[in-house]
Amino acid sequence: MSTPSITMPESDIRWNRPARGPVGMYCLIAAEAAIFTIFVVAYIFYIGRSLTGPQPQDVLRVPIFFTICLLSSSLTIHFALKLLGTGKVRSFALWWLLTIVLGAVFLAGTVREWLHLIYDEGLTIQTNLFGTTYYSLVGLHAFHVTVGLLALATVSLFTLFGQVRPAHAERVEVLSMYWHFVDVVWVVVFIVVYIVGR
Amino acid sequence: MSTESIALPRSAAPPRPFVDQLHQWVTTVDHKRLGILYILFALLFLLVGGVEATIIRIQLIRPLNNFVSPQVFNRMFTMHGTTMIFFVVMPVMFGFANYLVPLMIGARDMAFPRLNAFSFWMTAFGGLLLYFSFVGGDGLYGAGNAPDVGWFAYAPLTSKTFSRGHSTDFWILSLLVSGFGSIGTAINIIATILCMRCRGMTLGKMPLLPWLNLTMAGLVVLAVSPLTAAQLMLLVDRYLGGHFFDTQAGGSAVMWMHFFWVFGHPEVYVLVIPAFAFASEIIPVFSRKAIFGYPVMVAATMCIGFIGMSVWAHHMFTLGMSSSANTFFVLSTMAIAVPTGIKIFNWLATMWGGQIDFKTPMLFCAAFLFQFLIAGLTGIMLGSAPFNWQLGNSYFVIAHFHYVIVGGILFTLFGAFYYWFPKMSGKMYNETFGKLHFWLFFIGFHLTFDFMHVPGILGMPRRIYTYEPGRGWDIWNLIVTIGVFFQAAGVLVFIGNLLWSYLRGALAESDPWDAWTLEWSTASPPPSYNFADIPEVKSRRPLWDLKHPEDPDWQYE
Repeated sequence: MSTPSITMPESDIRWNRPARGPVGMYCLIAAEAAIFTIFVVAYIFYIGRSLTGPQPQDVLRVPIFFTICLLSSSLTIHFALKLLGTGKVRSFALWWLLTIVLGAVFLAGTVREWLHLIYDEGLTIQTNLFGTTYYSLVGLHAFHVTVGLLALATVSLFTLFGQVRPAHAERVEVLSMYWHFVDVVWVVVFIVVYIVGR
Repeated sequence: MSTESIALPRSAAPPRPFVDQLHQWVTTVDHKRLGILYILFALLFLLVGGVEATIIRIQLIRPLNNFVSPQVFNRMFTMHGTTMIFFVVMPVMFGFANYLVPLMIGARDMAFPRLNAFSFWMTAFGGLLLYFSFVGGDGLYGAGNAPDVGWFAYAPLTSKTFSRGHSTDFWILSLLVSGFGSIGTAINIIATILCMRCRGMTLGKMPLLPWLNLTMAGLVVLAVSPLTAAQLMLLVDRYLGGHFFDTQAGGSAVMWMHFFWVFGHPEVYVLVIPAFAFASEIIPVFSRKAIFGYPVMVAATMCIGFIGMSVWAHHMFTLGMSSSANTFFVLSTMAIAVPTGIKIFNWLATMWGGQIDFKTPMLFCAAFLFQFLIAGLTGIMLGSAPFNWQLGNSYFVIAHFHYVIVGGILFTLFGAFYYWFPKMSGKMYNETFGKLHFWLFFIGFHLTFDFMHVPGILGMPRRIYTYEPGRGWDIWNLIVTIGVFFQAAGVLVFIGNLLWSYLRGALAESDPWDAWTLEWSTASPPPSYNFADIPEVKSRRPLWDLKHPEDPDWQYE
């Protein structure tokens, strides 16, 4: 039996695999998106089904300023990452801090809105179906913003101590994916709660 | 190719002190150890869930029986269902995925080892939380301990009004906690498979087990998350006075059903697709043939994953949905039979003309093939809405899904235990006791679940505490319960075999089955780094290429 000549060239296999960080974050985003989908579906299904007031059209005001703040924080985090990639760590830190400020302003807006609803309008999570779905959906989003802010603040802290270098750009980018996701969710929540639901 | 196994000197060093070993196991981030922890955890709960099933069946062995009280009976069927789904089959599948996926794709660990440990401990503490309800569920109300709302916990039974005390809260929280663990592990499995494959292993050359686990993990990400969301809503209702499922305030109990089954039906595929994966690895090796129709197997699995997301409301036909909704869910349910049928034919074609060696793993897989076929056929019956209106919520449904979960999933799972036991423990199991286990369990399974269809057709509803004599249900219930004792004996033989073989069994070689995938190229058990040199593959059966350099697979693929 003649052995066929089998050439097994070792080096001509081109071998590229995706980085695990973004893949893991995309999966987490998919899971989170599924959670938000259920809450959004519940919100839409229950629009107009509250048996008692207050109704959304009576008490909700469209938070345009705070929405602009949150959405522009997606831009600032993008610029921050670009600067980190090119090695300008100081400018990165500034843009990153601006992102945190914008996110915190948005969160303050939520706090203000909730205080108004609870103390002026008498709407709590127990009041009616609108209250239950509204506080759950907006609260779930605000919780994600809070988690995001804590993570962003951690990076800031590391930057302060000089521990963030351009080599970390890929890792920080994974965090920015989460932040973009939180912003996109707000677009959906905004449309559902303040436009469709009003 | 460099996949030489490293011959480690066995038992050269004196054994470490017990506390030291325990510390190593508790703090481990090694995928093999976490896999084994998952599996042992699931085996423990398999025994617990089995005892609960036995209590249910003893209560139903004859009419007007008083073995347990109705309250205890309700707790038993709730705990049995919850335990078996969330704390037996899911963890054991995660355990095997954890252990096998990195080995099969030639990696040294999972993509996120610490997330892996975190996920396992979340699942483990979720299970403990569920069983802590026996102690803590009474609360200050004296309103009964363990959860008793059924494993799908329909509203409004779960509201504060009907479910006082803390038992339902334990149920919610334990599933929430273990759900986070499941999502973490699923993310890990996906990232591992996509990012950690060894050189040359393109997706088209990956063994079927990683492929199917990739599908399973995708389903977990998309299906367990809705359950998490629904549990959060239920918590809002119970703790904060919300109205999601409160019909008195305009809420909808049907929403809970939708949310639960949006999770609940894909969950069936989360459980069964890894079982398919075991069959797809075991059947070719014991038929001495490569798997038939590899690309079609992958495509059919993906297809099942996609269609499986859109069939959930076939659990709700008896609810009275609109006829267009009924039609849609009947058709999508029927459609899923097509890829499943393709898979069954592919396994048969793999066996066809092969030199079949009926070792214990193969016995279990052969039984799986025809039992799963029958389970699918009764599934088609229940999937047509008019038939379902007649038999929904009867023992026919119970018989059907136990045929899937026991006859399909558990049988391949036992096969997988025997097949990979030599790899995991480094010892061979006892073949005679393996076969004894198979026959005891096979007889018990068919006594129980074949005959369980009959009282269902005769109108016996599920979850009833007891029944009057003279309805024609008596003899069938007696046979069903007798079968349980055969199954219990089989499981005891199984556990005994594992323990005895681990302690006293003969040493296993690195490749006792003359198999073809990478996990058999390392030592048994594998060293903590898996591969001394990361292997490089050129075909779907790298070990075949290594053993038969004159006729390698990669010339044909």
